[in-house]
Amino acid sequence: MANSITIENLNAGYGAVRVLNGVSMRIGSGETVALLGTNGNGKSTIIKCIMGAVTPTAGRVTIEIDGHQYDPSAMKTKDIVNLGVVLVPEGRRLFPKLTVEENLLLGAYRRTARRTITRSLEYCYATFPRLRERRRQLSGSMSGGEQQMLALARGLMTAPKILIVDEPSVGLAPIMVREVIRKIGELKKEQQLTVLMAEQNFNQATKICERGYFIVHGQIAFVGNSHEELSNNELVRKIYLGAPVKN
Amino acid sequence: MRRIPSWIWPVLVALFILALSRVVKNEYYMFAGYVVLQYIVLASAWNILGGYSGYVNFGSAAFFGIGAYGAVVLDKLWQPPLVVAIVFGGIVASLVGLVTAYLTLRLRGVFFAIATLALAIVLQTLVMNWDFVGGPLGYYSVRPDSIAGFPSYVNYLFVIMLGLALIAVLVARAIELSFIGRGLAAIRDNELAAECCGVPTLRLKVFATMVSGGLMGMAGAPFPYYITYLDPNSAFSLAYGINSIAMPLIGGMTHWIGPVIGAVLLAVIQQVATVTISSELNLMIVGVLLISFITLAPNGIVGLFERYRQKRQRRLST
Repeated sequence: MANSITIENLNAGYGAVRVLNGVSMRIGSGETVALLGTNGNGKSTIIKCIMGAVTPTAGRVTIEIDGHQYDPSAMKTKDIVNLGVVLVPEGRRLFPKLTVEENLLLGAYRRTARRTITRSLEYCYATFPRLRERRRQLSGSMSGGEQQMLALARGLMTAPKILIVDEPSVGLAPIMVREVIRKIGELKKEQQLTVLMAEQNFNQATKICERGYFIVHGQIAFVGNSHEELSNNELVRKIYLGAPVKN
Repeated sequence: MRRIPSWIWPVLVALFILALSRVVKNEYYMFAGYVVLQYIVLASAWNILGGYSGYVNFGSAAFFGIGAYGAVVLDKLWQPPLVVAIVFGGIVASLVGLVTAYLTLRLRGVFFAIATLALAIVLQTLVMNWDFVGGPLGYYSVRPDSIAGFPSYVNYLFVIMLGLALIAVLVARAIELSFIGRGLAAIRDNELAAECCGVPTLRLKVFATMVSGGLMGMAGAPFPYYITYLDPNSAFSLAYGINSIAMPLIGGMTHWIGPVIGAVLLAVIQQVATVTISSELNLMIVGVLLISFITLAPNGIVGLFERYRQKRQRRLST
């Protein structure tokens, strides 16, 4: 049961603008990998290449699900989702005027996911008990952190094997950031999910990750295998954390 | 979970009204009741597209008129039974819905509303210049004196419309509770996010327009026999477009019962006003009610009820 993503020498961009320049990454089965970097460096473009929304100009992405290999650039996004790769988008994209439960059910709209919809719903409520309490509430009336939980849970409704989360901490209070990222860590542990997380919140993200890729101007500037390795790197400290950091 | 399925209630109410129509001797009630039932069909049909997916259709009169003139065409050709005319009207109207949907559903908000309004005017002009169905002179439909098994022809029309109203309500309810309804609600809330969830937005919108238009066409088919003299101005009257928006709005657009409540309320008031004061008042009544509901109860009567229930629940739980 190998569910992984391999990216080799990926170049991609939009029209004349070249965003990615020879990016290579590996998200191994059951791993949680963080994609770190400030705005405009290519994090979302990598994700779009994986989801088949942007076609690479060179290099390639390989998605492996249960031992079968797939090339997302030759597939439609919906088929990639049907494979079991799901993206929780930046900014959550919930339906604010629908209830929590309706939001969750919409997560499993595609035919393949609909077959197991009751089981998926039960699983989501078990993972996020708060959502069960609020199932009849309009999702727009919940706090930002709860909404992010709902977005995650909605992603899980397709029973994915690989979960991609784009900027889960955007717009959240620090305490909720910790909560959301801890939850992502739990999911990986309990579900053996393979997780790719694009994140700006360096300290929290690196704590639950096996590996962090630090991307600058469309190139992988540094690969760190632990929280310490990443936070002690000179480059990371200079560009990301600002010059004077505690020891 | 309730044990009795809720679809049983509309059926029971319809059966009760059917029984009532056998007892009541005064034909005026059938005559007035027909209009109320017709608006239940129009409002429920409108709500399938307008209420569930949020696409405001100003052209209900177009679909209604297609049904009515479809019946006229058939009447001139070979005078089939009314049921055939209804099915025919429904099919033609939903085909027009299909074409309209493909042409206009990429428009959003007010632009879609204007496009559908234009549809009604274009069709009215076409019929106006179509001599086969009478053009501006209109068409007199000769109706049979009575139909076997019914006390009078008006009673027969009433029962037919009762059946159509039941069908419209059950279809609206089935759509609302199905995956289609959930997809339409997602479109209403955030179309982009709906697309991202894998909701086939265009296909659902086209489907909703076809069902909505088809039901309106079916409601229009018995109309020539009801008024016996049909002209383009009455078949494509703006009043249909406005009423079928106002009724769901007043009743509540997110639940299938909303359009029914709105239609009964508004159509009964209009009928009473027509008899007691003047039919000239009808559009003004709609306007006043519409303004008061939009300002005081934007989610309609169903919304008021929901708010009350939630408040009570909160009070009980604390």
